[in-house]
Amino acid sequence: MMHQFLLAGFGGQGVMLMGRILAYAGMKEQKQVMYIPSYGSEMRGGTANCSVILSEEEIDALVVSKPSGLVVMNAPSFDKFETRIRENGLVIVNSSTVTREPLRQDVKVIKVPANEMAKELGNERIANMILLGTLISATKCLKAESVLESLKEILPVHRHDLLPLNQKAIEAGMQLAE
Amino acid sequence: MAEKILMKGSEAIAEAAIRNGCRYFFGYPITPQNEIPEYLAKRLPEVGGTFLQAESEVAAIYMVLGAGAAGARVMTSSSSPGISLKQEGISYMAGAEVPCVIVNIMRGGPGLGAIQGAQPDYWQATRGGGHGDYRLLVLAPATVQEAVNLTYEAFDLADKYRNPVMILGDGILAQIMEPVELPEENKEQPEKTWAVCENHNRPRNIVSSSYPQVDVLEQINLRLHKRYNEIKNNEVRWDSYLLDDAEYVIVAYGSAARIAKAAVKMARAEGIKAGLLRPVSVWPFPVKPFQDILPQVKAFLALEMCTGQMIDDVRLAIGNARPVHHYGRLGGVIPLPEEVLGKLKELVKEGK
Repeated sequence: MMHQFLLAGFGGQGVMLMGRILAYAGMKEQKQVMYIPSYGSEMRGGTANCSVILSEEEIDALVVSKPSGLVVMNAPSFDKFETRIRENGLVIVNSSTVTREPLRQDVKVIKVPANEMAKELGNERIANMILLGTLISATKCLKAESVLESLKEILPVHRHDLLPLNQKAIEAGMQLAE
Repeated sequence: MAEKILMKGSEAIAEAAIRNGCRYFFGYPITPQNEIPEYLAKRLPEVGGTFLQAESEVAAIYMVLGAGAAGARVMTSSSSPGISLKQEGISYMAGAEVPCVIVNIMRGGPGLGAIQGAQPDYWQATRGGGHGDYRLLVLAPATVQEAVNLTYEAFDLADKYRNPVMILGDGILAQIMEPVELPEENKEQPEKTWAVCENHNRPRNIVSSSYPQVDVLEQINLRLHKRYNEIKNNEVRWDSYLLDDAEYVIVAYGSAARIAKAAVKMARAEGIKAGLLRPVSVWPFPVKPFQDILPQVKAFLALEMCTGQMIDDVRLAIGNARPVHHYGRLGGVIPLPEEVLGKLKELVKEGK
C-alpha cells in the first residue's frame, strides 16, 4: 500500500507541519516515508503545499503527480489541485474556507468545517490538526498514537503546553471521517 | 548504527560532513542549498569548528584552499551559478593538490535560472569545470541516505587522492526529507605530512599551483594524470536494478535515477524487459557495466534533467554498438515516471 498525499493551503495555515508529522509518524511505524516541500519563489500569504509518501515498499518517484489523498485548506488550493486527485481518491476539504461544491464525481469528498471546530476548541490555529485527524482516520494510513507521539517530538518543548489541545483537535477530526 | 532520524537532504549532507571530521566551512548563500550553511553555522561552533560566510563565492573557495592546504577537513557548498564562480579556485586546488569537498546542489540554468531540481551541470562537474587539464572525483547520490554515506566518504577520498571531491545533487535531493542512519563520528584523521602547518621538525612545505618551469609542470601534469587513472581504477561506483535480462536500459544518476526506477517497474509490469544502470560516481564514469550487458541490450535511454550531457559518456562507453536515446525535462520540471514509460514504449514499438 502506498499513500501519496498532497496537502495545500495558505502559508501559515500549517500544511508543512502536517506533512512533517505524517512523515515522522510513518518513520515511527517503520514505513518508507518521503516528505517533499513544494519549492519555488514562495511568499508570505501565498499558497503553500507539500507532499508526503507513506509506503510499505521502497519509494522511487520523487513527485506526487496524482495524489491518493488531497487536503485543501483554502479555495485556491482546491481549484489548483482538484483535477489531480487519483480516481477513487480522497479529498478532505476545509469547508470553512472552501464553499464551492467539488467538480469531480469519481472521488470521495469529506467536508470538515475546520476553522469553526478549531475556534470551538479554543484556538483557530489548530484547524490543520483537525484535518490531519480526519486524514489519518479516513485513510487508516497511520495509528493515532504514532501521530500524537510524533507531534510531541516535533514540537519544541516550550510549545508542549499546546499538546493537549492538539490531541483534542486530532481526535475531533478523526470522528468526522466516518 | 543509531536509530533512524528524519532529515532534509541538505542538513543530512552537513551532518555527515561533521561526522567525518569536517571542521571548516566557507560559503556564500544561494538557494536551494541554504540549509547546508544554515545547519553548519549552528553545528560547527558546537564541535569547535569554524563557519564563515564569505563576502563572495570567489573569496569562499580561496578560504577553502587555505584551510585545505593547512591540512584541515574543509567543505564548501553552493548551487550552479555559485559553483561557476568557484571554478578558478577549484582549479587552483586541483593544481596544488589540496583536498576538499564541494557540494553542488544543481538548479535550472543557464544564468540565474530557477531553483527547482535540474541536472544541467554534468559536463562542468565531470570535465574538471575550471581551466587546466584536471578532474574532480564526482559522486551523485540518489537518496538522502546515500547523500550521507557519500559525503562522509568524500572526505576520505579527498585526502587519499589529495584532490577535490564533488557531491553532485539537485534541489530535490536537498529539499526532501527521508529517514537516515547517521554514521558514528570519526575522530581519526590521516596524517598530512605535506600540509602547511606548524611543525618544527621538518623542512618547510609549499602548497602551490604555480610552476613556471614548463618541464616541471609537465611532470606535475603527468603525476596528476597518473593519479586520475588510479581513481578510474579504484573508485568507480554504480548501482543497477533488474539489469540481468534487460533489453532496454535506462541510464540515470541522482534524482532522475529514482524516477527511472519507478518507470522500470511500470515497464516490467507491462512485459517490457527494462532495467536501470545508475552511475554513482559520474567521474570516473562506470564504463565496464555497459560493456558487460551489451550483448543482451537493444537500446539505451539516458534520462537526464537537461538536454543531454551524460549521454556523451554512455556513447563513449559503448561506441556505436547500440542506439542511445535521450529523455529529459528542463528548467526545473521534474519528469514523471509515466512520461519515461511512454518514451520506453516508443522505443520498443519502433524497435530501436
